[in-house]
Amino acid sequence: MTSFVLNGATVRAEVPEGTSLLHALRGPLGLSGPRYGCGDEQCGSCMVLVDGVPAYACTLGTEAVAGKQVVTAEGLGSMAAPHPLQAAMLAEQAGQCGWCLSGILVSASALLARNADPSEDEIRLALDPHLCRCGSHNRVIRAVQRAAREMRA
Amino acid sequence: MSGFGGQTAPDPSKPKLPGNLHTNRRLAQWLTFRADGVVLVHPGKVEIGQGILTTLAQIAADELDVEFSRVVLTPASTPGSPDEGVTSGSLSTQDSGSAIRHACADARRIFLSVTSQRTGVPIESLMVRDGAFLGPQGQVGSYWQLADAALLEVEASPDAKPKPVGERRVVGRSVPRVDLPEKVFGVARYVHDLRLPGMLHARVVRPPARAATLLSVPEAPAGTQLVRDGSFLAVLAPTEWQAEAAATRIAARATWQAEDTLPDQGGHATYLREAGARGERTSVVTRDDAAPGVARTEKRSFFRPFLAHASIGTGCAVAQWQGEEVTVFSHTQGPYNLRADIAKTLRTTEDKVLVRHMEGAGCYGHNGADDVALEAVLIARAVPGVPVRLLWTRAEELGWGPFSSAMLVDVEADVAADGSLVAWRSHIISNGHSSRPGRAPLPTLLAASQLATPFAVAPSVNPPMTNGGGAPRNGVPYYRVPKLDIETSRLLEMPIRTSALRGLGATLNVWSIESMLDELAAAAGEDPVAYRLRHLDDPRARAVLEKVAAMCGWATRSKREGWGLGIGFARYKNTGAYAAVAAEIEAKERVFCRRLWIAGDAGEIVNPDGVVNQYEGGAIHGASVALLEQVSFDRRNITSTNWQDFRILRFSEVPKVEVAMLNHPEAPFLGAGEASMAPTIAAIASAITDALGVRPRSLPFTPEHLA
Repeated sequence: MTSFVLNGATVRAEVPEGTSLLHALRGPLGLSGPRYGCGDEQCGSCMVLVDGVPAYACTLGTEAVAGKQVVTAEGLGSMAAPHPLQAAMLAEQAGQCGWCLSGILVSASALLARNADPSEDEIRLALDPHLCRCGSHNRVIRAVQRAAREMRA
Repeated sequence: MSGFGGQTAPDPSKPKLPGNLHTNRRLAQWLTFRADGVVLVHPGKVEIGQGILTTLAQIAADELDVEFSRVVLTPASTPGSPDEGVTSGSLSTQDSGSAIRHACADARRIFLSVTSQRTGVPIESLMVRDGAFLGPQGQVGSYWQLADAALLEVEASPDAKPKPVGERRVVGRSVPRVDLPEKVFGVARYVHDLRLPGMLHARVVRPPARAATLLSVPEAPAGTQLVRDGSFLAVLAPTEWQAEAAATRIAARATWQAEDTLPDQGGHATYLREAGARGERTSVVTRDDAAPGVARTEKRSFFRPFLAHASIGTGCAVAQWQGEEVTVFSHTQGPYNLRADIAKTLRTTEDKVLVRHMEGAGCYGHNGADDVALEAVLIARAVPGVPVRLLWTRAEELGWGPFSSAMLVDVEADVAADGSLVAWRSHIISNGHSSRPGRAPLPTLLAASQLATPFAVAPSVNPPMTNGGGAPRNGVPYYRVPKLDIETSRLLEMPIRTSALRGLGATLNVWSIESMLDELAAAAGEDPVAYRLRHLDDPRARAVLEKVAAMCGWATRSKREGWGLGIGFARYKNTGAYAAVAAEIEAKERVFCRRLWIAGDAGEIVNPDGVVNQYEGGAIHGASVALLEQVSFDRRNITSTNWQDFRILRFSEVPKVEVAMLNHPEAPFLGAGEASMAPTIAAIASAITDALGVRPRSLPFTPEHLA
């Protein structure tokens, strides 16, 4: 059993040692934002923030986040109070199937936390761990730029 | 392709109705008014990431004169939804949108007519405002007041008249997508997120080869349960991680008899020729019009490898048996088609199988969605009454779903002394491009051939040319050519299972035609755009080509070392949407596509931003296919089963894209999802020639293929 802070609330994940954080989040903790895509750190669908740093939940053992802060797409904002990145994704209609978006949101939030005004190349580089098959990349980049503008304002 | 089998045959004695209303004629199948001011619309088409739900809701809101927010789309399910076949072929707006437009116009007419009879207000004095019926003296009724009146339990009338173009208010606007908010906030929406009480988790244990017989299985790890039927092997567990660990453990200990059945990838083109010669050769089209004499003939061959769908999410389904009936939640493209093949595999009747659609990750054709649904049904049979969730792994998604067939085309073009096209002969060699479920006597789903009493696997077929064709899709030049002789050979052996992927044969055919045109233009000393234009009669085709040339500054382009600009054009299926694409590439240690300009024409546009999104997404998909994608295999199995071995474009490699759509509000819907992909591949090939002087002959355009 591992205790950590998930999206602001202390939780206890009752999973055997060695179980991935992704399984804990989607299983007993009941979240849907972190998604399985490859299980091997190659697509970014499962990305979460661990103490503010993007991490692949698919390969990270749950016990590794004991006592840490874990944030998922659900923790960034809600429909009632969206994170500027979530609002920007909707404003730019930055998605088709949407599978990749929750992981992208997590990485983009970490980027904007350390760089309030990233260049387009910096955004592309920060999102390079994330695969998108629908071809929404340019819209996603515009959404990150829009969110950055709004967060600076 | 939805008209291609799998649907109820239309009754020839009935008058023609638009789209799939023709085969699903009862209005109540399509819409339901609720007393609380909501109208439910029931399309048989499904959301696969393309935004169709939003488009259909716009059409309904406009025809009914209700606010967009009152329209709620219900997910397709059997047996209640209209049978709209498969959500494929860029036909959803045509097939379903036309049906919903007409059904809503008819519903509106019926409701106004009843209100007129009841109130005495003449129908021509009634107007509809957000669902309320207003007469000269004020409101006299509404859809919601008549919700219980069963007025829609009738067949649609062919006389209903949808609104004239000028009166549409919601159609033609970029209404935000209805599905996107939940996806951005991580709300459970995909079938993968479905959690039913008592649900068990399953994983399949795959054989080590495409042709393999299961000899022995180990004991199931404690707390898990093996499910075996012939060579189909799976494991059930209370949690996902137990299922995953058990599958890994069992896979390492199960024994199989495996055979080499795959061709040698190194000699793949040779294999295609040999297997094609053993296959079924048919004529696609011949034409023999008067033409000037032949001055020169050019012959070229083009090849493309197998392509994977490569959705970012993997296949998933949740199945539950109750007595003789099974319900399966699935991200299938065709609920009725899937139902048919599950029933065939179970040797039961279709009424025993209920298919309920839930969204999956992006779908670009016939991927493993249907296969995983059958497998969930087979596994759940072992635990009656208990819901079972089956998820495919990344390796299964890239290794076991159907692939788009490798293809080879030999092209010969004759030109006259002035460079004009005289004759075009081509021979397109490929496996078939459809093994979709629900259309053949035998089930086509993966597990059906692995059972203890297995079903034979029939080689994939090609949809008829009236539906756009399969391997020969876009194989007939859209340019003016007096003499045509287009043939195709379909392989009758299928060591690697093939089916429909975005564009089908167009992916290769458009590039081969456009490459030839570039070459013939160069030989004639003409500009490639001017050369195309002088062979194009269709003003809409000319318009997109001229538009894209203007967008990319074609006439004033200048040469830059290591950079190239190229152009490609196609009208999808030669009857669908138009796309002209210009590509700018940079040739470094490998080729990068930096910018794409696209001019499109999809007929009437319901949601402008949605169409741009589809064109842009298709073009990026095309750029990825052009530069990176190929399925690898050894003599036993697919080996490109992770994202390092099956590469697709990443953010740092994706070109910027600019799209301009030429709107034709009076014209029929032409679809949008597949139009831009093939011309993008052609434009990138052309740009490579501009930059490097070499003409690519094999996809993908990697350094080894450009040497």
